[in-house]
Amino acid sequence: MASATELTVWVWRGTDDGQFQRYTVPRQDSQTVLDVVTWIQRHLEPALAYRFACRVGMCGSCAMTVNGRPRWTCRTHVESVAKNDTLKLAPLRNLPVIRDLACDLDPFFEKWQRARGRFVPTATRADPPAPVQPQSAERRAADHAIECINCAVCYAACDTVAWDETYVGPAALNRAWSLMNDVRDGDRAGLTRAVADTGGCITCHGHGSCSAHCPMELEPAMAVASLKRHVLGGLFRRQA
Amino acid sequence: MEIRLFQMQRLSALVLAPLVLGHLALIVVVSGEDLSAAAILERTRGSWALGLYYGLFVFVAAIHAPIGLRAILREWTAWSGRSLDGAMVLFGLALLVLGGRALFGLVLS
Amino acid sequence: MIRASQRHVGFYAALIHRLSGLALALFLPAHFVVLGLALDAGGAMDRFLDWTTTPWVKLAETLLVVAFALHFSLGLRLLALEMLPWSSERKTAAGVGIGFSLLAGLLFLLNPL
Repeated sequence: MASATELTVWVWRGTDDGQFQRYTVPRQDSQTVLDVVTWIQRHLEPALAYRFACRVGMCGSCAMTVNGRPRWTCRTHVESVAKNDTLKLAPLRNLPVIRDLACDLDPFFEKWQRARGRFVPTATRADPPAPVQPQSAERRAADHAIECINCAVCYAACDTVAWDETYVGPAALNRAWSLMNDVRDGDRAGLTRAVADTGGCITCHGHGSCSAHCPMELEPAMAVASLKRHVLGGLFRRQA
Repeated sequence: MEIRLFQMQRLSALVLAPLVLGHLALIVVVSGEDLSAAAILERTRGSWALGLYYGLFVFVAAIHAPIGLRAILREWTAWSGRSLDGAMVLFGLALLVLGGRALFGLVLS
Repeated sequence: MIRASQRHVGFYAALIHRLSGLALALFLPAHFVVLGLALDAGGAMDRFLDWTTTPWVKLAETLLVVAFALHFSLGLRLLALEMLPWSSERKTAAGVGIGFSLLAGLLFLLNPL
């Protein structure tokens, strides 16, 4: 039985086929889960595979499942999540496991592209800058969604992604919504088609797990709902 | 097709909302009374209003229920594709037929 | 059965909405068949109605009416979420408020006991 000076940490080892392995880690003040994982790799398990980069809550690389919830480990203090001095660490849900705590983000980005998560330019460098009103409703909607850094926490939290392999997921649709509100984008019709397709915004059931877990405090659920409104309106507006 | 199903599901929900409220009210009113086949039929026979109301209800429910069931089966079981779609169409038709028959028995016979 | 990432209002609302819808979808054909018994002059409907006075059936009926009210309320919440530009807190409050008041009113008025 671990005392209050020690943590019992169960860590996923292996690929999609694997098991949880148990480690004992000394507790420290202001310890984050990333500190714990790093301590295990340095002192107990050199072969442990995991990701991190900035360590300060800016890049999203350290996202993984901590006690059942997808989070950034660098911004998760052990004392706020460890029940009975125990932690359970696994790679992000809904993505193939490369090894241990590192998962393959390719499917996440493929779906991003499927939802047409890229800007379609119309102007050239010879043209003057496009006039975009920062306080316009459209720009505010875009700004609300634009800070996404593609960490895939929302994607991992989403049950509809888990249940329906066609669903492109909240991050891809959140990006599509920010583009829908970009007045410079040259292909609104194509974007509408992309998000209205099978696996698009219409697949979302409105659980809101995405917004509940987003570390940037964005609201993908609201972005998806807005896209649904846009797509439903197409029934009357006859948008292509 | 998914987009059409989505639109029909939302549209049928909007139509069903007031119909459901009315039906809940009826359930509450009737629950305090003793029911017998004769008592029910006395109220429903020849009533065009009831026939139209519940005719619409049956029709829209026969659209709404299969689309909802399809989502559940696609997401929570391994069933998907053409055979599931076909089964849901059959389910909708069964609701239409059974509902229509019940209406006929209560209103027109 | 419920994951840690699912422990929030939105998921519970969606789950109850789905399960109540499933119950209603399964119940509906049976409901129509029973109503169709009115066509049978031999008293099949009366015999069926007698059976429904047993306590277990009364309980099942009450649960179905509750499912009906819940599916309706949570469906309205979903329609509001998708179609109205409200804040998420307001929508949840609206849905929960409608649901509870409907349930309370129903249970009081139906008075199954």
